[in-house]
Amino acid sequence: MSTKYIYTFGVIMTVVVALVLAGFRTATADAAARNEDIFNKREILATVAEPLAEAGTPIGSLSDDQVLEIFENQVTQVLVNSVGEQVDQEFSALDLAKEYKKPEDARIYPVNIFDLNGEKYYVFSVRGNGLWDAIWGNIALASDLNTVTGASFDHAGETPGLGAEIKDNSGWKSQFKGKKIFDGDKFVSIIVRKGGAVDPEHDVDGLSGATVTGDGVTKMLWNGLKAYEPYIEEQRAENGATSMNLK
Amino acid sequence: MAESTEIRTGVVADPAGTEKEPLFGKKEKILITDPLLDNNPITIQVLGVCSALAVTSLVYPSLVMAVAVVFVCAFSSLFTSLMRNIIPKAVRLIVQLVIIATLVTLVNEALKVLAFPVYKQLSVYIGLIITNCIVMGRLEAFAMANKPWRAFLDGVGNGLGYGLILVAVGVVRELFGKGSLFAGSGIAMNIIGPSNDTTQYWINTAAESGIGSFFGWYANNNLMVLPAAAMFVIAVFIWIQRSYNTKLVDVS
Repeated sequence: MSTKYIYTFGVIMTVVVALVLAGFRTATADAAARNEDIFNKREILATVAEPLAEAGTPIGSLSDDQVLEIFENQVTQVLVNSVGEQVDQEFSALDLAKEYKKPEDARIYPVNIFDLNGEKYYVFSVRGNGLWDAIWGNIALASDLNTVTGASFDHAGETPGLGAEIKDNSGWKSQFKGKKIFDGDKFVSIIVRKGGAVDPEHDVDGLSGATVTGDGVTKMLWNGLKAYEPYIEEQRAENGATSMNLK
Repeated sequence: MAESTEIRTGVVADPAGTEKEPLFGKKEKILITDPLLDNNPITIQVLGVCSALAVTSLVYPSLVMAVAVVFVCAFSSLFTSLMRNIIPKAVRLIVQLVIIATLVTLVNEALKVLAFPVYKQLSVYIGLIITNCIVMGRLEAFAMANKPWRAFLDGVGNGLGYGLILVAVGVVRELFGKGSLFAGSGIAMNIIGPSNDTTQYWINTAAESGIGSFFGWYANNNLMVLPAAAMFVIAVFIWIQRSYNTKLVDVS
């Protein structure tokens, strides 16, 4: 085997493999993008799973087309900047990961407002870091913009069975339901507490074997929801401030 | 260690391929069944242990991982065997790696289209099949010296042998670590655990009456959730297997 043969073999192999992979990716790109879009939309709907189930459409029973239909008819998607003003931009073009790389006052955040029989639910998207890689999530607030209706999380590379439980453990996620992100008028967020929740209104239990990921979630919720605070205040003023004197 | 077991399998290379043989004869059957027990990639060849520690905390990801490894192992063996006479010996490892990486990327992209939630769950580990020692070990030890059909069967057999241990470890770890089985899939089962809702677990350790009331002392073992537990479980499998079949005991 001459050196020339080895080089020729290498070049031919590289070209063939590159063509096969590029071709396959191009052929499946549209279907994959659609699947990803539906997956993300399901994650958003998962945060309002309880009111959805009460309305007779449990989220598990929704087909892909129904998910898209709900987003078409019942969800208002708006973008807000760091002072809570609405921004006129293409919603689907927003990449939250890129926004988080910008300086804080230049960031734009997405809000999905889900309208179910006149009752409004605000779904906020947050992003942070777990143990290995990025984590992100959606958290829904009821129309008082204080009580959590539900939360869903996802991650890029947390360990299955440990950190990945933030996505897979429905029992853990269900703890977020009913928690409050404000204590009176003060923003306190929700804390994932190692060793078990202390404050029944603002704490959830930690996950065993996933302390760092849990702390990541705490930090993500604090930073992420804090960023929406101006928008939340604005919405409250709009919805009539009287209802806001909840504990 | 891996090399000594290769010799023991007694599979003779036949690069000339002159003799006429049945499509699925005795030798072919051995290629499938041998890696399941007596030449298991994990417990005997001690390959692919790294990923066996990582993915086995739940049964369902273990199962999908097993299917993906069977696919990659079988087809990379097939393609390597088809190309075995034109692959320059000096760069054969790189060529094998390219074949494996290509197939793994195809699996990854195909999962995005066919089963997006599964892709989300396994995203990291699918990529890690590339570094799974079993795949490359079998290419180097078998596919480079055997005809395509046999290499393919050898790949299937070793993938299955790996998957068998993976799922078995997954069952032990999920059952004792979390009290459930197949969590995350369509047939998730909650076997044992405490809950206020009486129907959530088959054996409800918080129950006042019934079978559950006898299990009030039971708690999930958190060690089983951690990767180190897979090492103990695999070690116990190796122990059991070698005490049944003392020929497998490595005297050195």
